[in-house]
Amino acid sequence: MKAWLEERLPLSGVIAMLRHKRVPHHRYSVWYYFGGMTLFLFLIQVGTGALLLLYYRPSAAEAYESVQFIVSRVPFGWLVRSIHAWSANLMVASAFAHLFSVLFLHAYRRPRELTWMSGVVLLLLTLGFGFTGYLLPWNEVSFFATRVGTDIAATVPLAGDALVRFLRGGDEVTGATLTRLFGFHVAILPAVATVLVAFHLLLVQGHGMSVPPSVEAQDASDPAAVRSIPFLPHFLLRDLFAWTAVLAVLAALATLYPWELGAKADPFAPAPAGIRPEWYFLWAFETLKHVPPTVAGVNGELVAVAVMGAGAGVALLLPLLAGSSARARAAVVWAGAAALLFMSAMTALALRTVTP
Amino acid sequence: MNLAEHGGGRRGVLNWLLGLSGGGVLASIVYPMVRYLAPPDVPEAAALSVNAGSAQALTPNSARVVPFGARPAIVIRTAGGELRAFSATCTHLDCTVQYRPDLHRIWCACHNGEYDLNGRNVAGPPPRPLDPYDVDVAGDEITITRRS
Repeated sequence: MKAWLEERLPLSGVIAMLRHKRVPHHRYSVWYYFGGMTLFLFLIQVGTGALLLLYYRPSAAEAYESVQFIVSRVPFGWLVRSIHAWSANLMVASAFAHLFSVLFLHAYRRPRELTWMSGVVLLLLTLGFGFTGYLLPWNEVSFFATRVGTDIAATVPLAGDALVRFLRGGDEVTGATLTRLFGFHVAILPAVATVLVAFHLLLVQGHGMSVPPSVEAQDASDPAAVRSIPFLPHFLLRDLFAWTAVLAVLAALATLYPWELGAKADPFAPAPAGIRPEWYFLWAFETLKHVPPTVAGVNGELVAVAVMGAGAGVALLLPLLAGSSARARAAVVWAGAAALLFMSAMTALALRTVTP
Repeated sequence: MNLAEHGGGRRGVLNWLLGLSGGGVLASIVYPMVRYLAPPDVPEAAALSVNAGSAQALTPNSARVVPFGARPAIVIRTAGGELRAFSATCTHLDCTVQYRPDLHRIWCACHNGEYDLNGRNVAGPPPRPLDPYDVDVAGDEITITRRS
């Protein structure tokens, strides 16, 4: 039986490879677990998302009611939706933690440039999942968040209006927008993300874990200090421990703080006071509040969007822009810390702002 | 002498033709997809004027948001009793504005933009004033009209 299977499914090579695989072990090893955590949360999103699809109806007339039906009538529907919403938030947090840890530990260095770049694109896709999924319950907050979010695209010179129409499926945020973002959220983005995740994991497997330069220098002077643990079972068990911890946090959040549905969107009601986006867009939201209508004669929004776009571009191309010297690495740390500080400060400001 | 290494001659022409037809196939797949993604124009009757409800019911220092075609409009009765109407779409990032009786101003909750009762952007990020509409009252019915 075993031989029959082995002939048709040659897994022994894979198992042998995993047996030989070792993972560096040092004082920064804890940061190795955030990539796996993000992957785990992504898988939870795929599972809970598939379940939600069985009852959800993507039209302006039925979306809100169908989510209401899921959370109030379908057995454990509230749990599935709540886990989907909370897991989305944890996934964004975990992806950001992964990005900044890789940045500060300089894991983007040669030969891992493509791993970093595919990771940045995956983070942008994660934010895209957040943005497109947000409208699906068709509630008041998500309706205006989508109007604002898509209108930001209008500031892009020349292509702005076409871009807004592409995102909205028309000139306004309507049922057409809902159907379109639904398509992005459940078909297009998952397809692209799955391919990219496979690519990202293949590269991680191919290159192995990066050892931070400081640890590398230490090891070079003292070869006895080189430490690593076997992937199977040591690292995998630690990974599983991290996943279990995440699952426990997720279950606690989803049951103790079920995700709220809010009021149904009304295209002809004013934006409600105190409206604000999800925490991971707060820094951008707060920045847009403080940018004056014109900056040096140029449309303020355009300046803000151009700066944020340039920031994303620099993040994407970081391994190609940063040199390999110690000074270049120090510059990367300072730039990363500055970005983190700016985003944290703006988020804190947004959280403490009381509606006038 | 291997022509393939040179890439010249007949083989070069054939490679070029193959590339051309390959590009043609790709373009004939991509072009319909791109066109498909751009939503078609759905013609809608451009509303020139709409009924904005009862004039009596709108008390001084209050406002009402009403549909004006596909977009919202705001009708305000000032503290002085005068009726005014504007487009209710914030010129900053497309949110729907509301009237703030405490400030005597039009306010956008999204990014804290403010407009005065002439629709002028007076505080916060809005870059332009709100479009004003003409207000007519016949009996108890308010009618607002886009200015041509």
